[in-house]
Amino acid sequence: MLTTQQDRLMGEINNLVDVHGSERSALIPILQDIQKRYHTIGDFEMQVIADRLGIHPVEVYGVVTFYSFLNEGREGRFVIRLCRTISCDMAGKAAVAQQLRNDLGIEFGETTADGRFTLEWANCIGMCDQGPAMLVNGKVFTRVTPEMVHDILAACEKTFGPHTPQTEEEHAL
Amino acid sequence: MTIRNEITLASVVKNEGLAVALELKPAEVIKTVRDSGMKGRGGAGFPTGLKWEFAAREKGEKKFVICNADEGEPGTFKDRVLMSEWPDLIFEGMTLAGYAIGASEGVFYLRGEYTYLQAGLEKCLAARRKANLLGDNILGKEGFSFDIHIHMGCGAYVCGEETALIESLEGCRGEARNRPPFPVNTGLNGMPTIVNNVETFAWATAIMAKGADWFKAIGTDKSTGPKILSISGDVERPGVYEFPMGTTIDDVIEAAGGQDAKAVVIGGASGHCIPRTEFSRAISYEDVATGGSVIVFGPHRDMLDVAENFLEFFVDESCGQCTPCRIGNVKLLEGVRLLQLGECSTSYLQDLCSLGETMQCASKCGLGQSSPNAFLSIVKHFRNEILGRA
Repeated sequence: MLTTQQDRLMGEINNLVDVHGSERSALIPILQDIQKRYHTIGDFEMQVIADRLGIHPVEVYGVVTFYSFLNEGREGRFVIRLCRTISCDMAGKAAVAQQLRNDLGIEFGETTADGRFTLEWANCIGMCDQGPAMLVNGKVFTRVTPEMVHDILAACEKTFGPHTPQTEEEHAL
Repeated sequence: MTIRNEITLASVVKNEGLAVALELKPAEVIKTVRDSGMKGRGGAGFPTGLKWEFAAREKGEKKFVICNADEGEPGTFKDRVLMSEWPDLIFEGMTLAGYAIGASEGVFYLRGEYTYLQAGLEKCLAARRKANLLGDNILGKEGFSFDIHIHMGCGAYVCGEETALIESLEGCRGEARNRPPFPVNTGLNGMPTIVNNVETFAWATAIMAKGADWFKAIGTDKSTGPKILSISGDVERPGVYEFPMGTTIDDVIEAAGGQDAKAVVIGGASGHCIPRTEFSRAISYEDVATGGSVIVFGPHRDMLDVAENFLEFFVDESCGQCTPCRIGNVKLLEGVRLLQLGECSTSYLQDLCSLGETMQCASKCGLGQSSPNAFLSIVKHFRNEILGRA
């Protein structure tokens, strides 16, 4: 990591500590903000946050790896979380899941090579009366059909330009 | 339309409950809630008034009121509807609870999956501050200050367990604590704390506005008041319904249009599977208890798939802290897969059931203790359907 990058990150973390405080209870709000901005919480960030809060970096790592919405690996710009719990399952989540795989060219738990999309399973998101349901960067989509998948992805792509499914070679990289 | 029948909360006049409460002494507020007989609406069913009384009696330099809006039980979505439709009643309930137990700080723990509700809730809080319904000397009550802030969850079902929720608020992994000490004694930052469900606070407001006798007249002797249910699955009209406690499963299913159902799971992944032959049983704390989840299964559903779905859920959501839950759920899931292949002997199924019973008594928190419930009840009622598959 370049020194300038490190300086920038340290500055940002210092700002977040100013906002949320340097108590242990500020840890999760700080991590949530870092996750939102950078789509990952790296080793360097964890070390700096630990230093600022006066705790061991392992404590920070423990928290990051515990919660589904915090991630030490890089997430895509758009994180799609399809609900897999029973009511959405019975409402036809399998077909939606398959179309998401087809259109993105990745499996659940993976991120497209261009860093745009991450595909994840979610446990019950409280939309059981309107399934299949999914969250895209926190926005909720209900009664999703395989046909709607393309339009939802297209709406995301508008922000970042067109996306093509990964080829086998790209996938291997 | 998510709301399917008349919800009594819609007729509660905003801030009437709080105004009534602030006219009373804190002990009288607690007595009213106790007299109503209300038990916690989140599922565990602890008497709300008693919880508040315990916290009121404790000495602490600070006390906390926490609203558990970490609605994660599969099949439950009534809190989402309450937060969208009647956020004032929930914040009002937290405020009067603060007055009752002597707390000045409220924390609203909202699950990360509901981030899209946060802006609306913040707006409601801002309006309440402006109207002196939060802040210092609320409604002119000298010396009573109370404010609420929203804390966002991070995607962890176990944080719905009150001590795991407190751990999470303190910036730690959401791992449940040993109880006792209970949060009413040693809660957030070691201070006396009450943790109540969203619906509980809303009903507490209604009780203060309409009186304990009104609430007590609804439901059964041991389960007073109305209950809001989230109904999903194989029904014509899924959504949120209100029924008096003690309503039979038959009546609930009929209202939602699922007359041909072969089974329901009441209480979500941690609840129990009830076969058609027992649909005359009542939804209440003394019979079939639930935090609000009712999932209906039509005649063509494979109950083993249901058990598999719930166990995958628990394998994923177990915090891993205690062995019965961490390993037990993996073994039960493997067992379900053996049953699906038709390769599970009767004696091994018996071993799995005995493992499930061990998990019920040896797990540390409510998640682990209730995780085998659905599996055990499906095995009990659908033995012929799950054994001997080719």
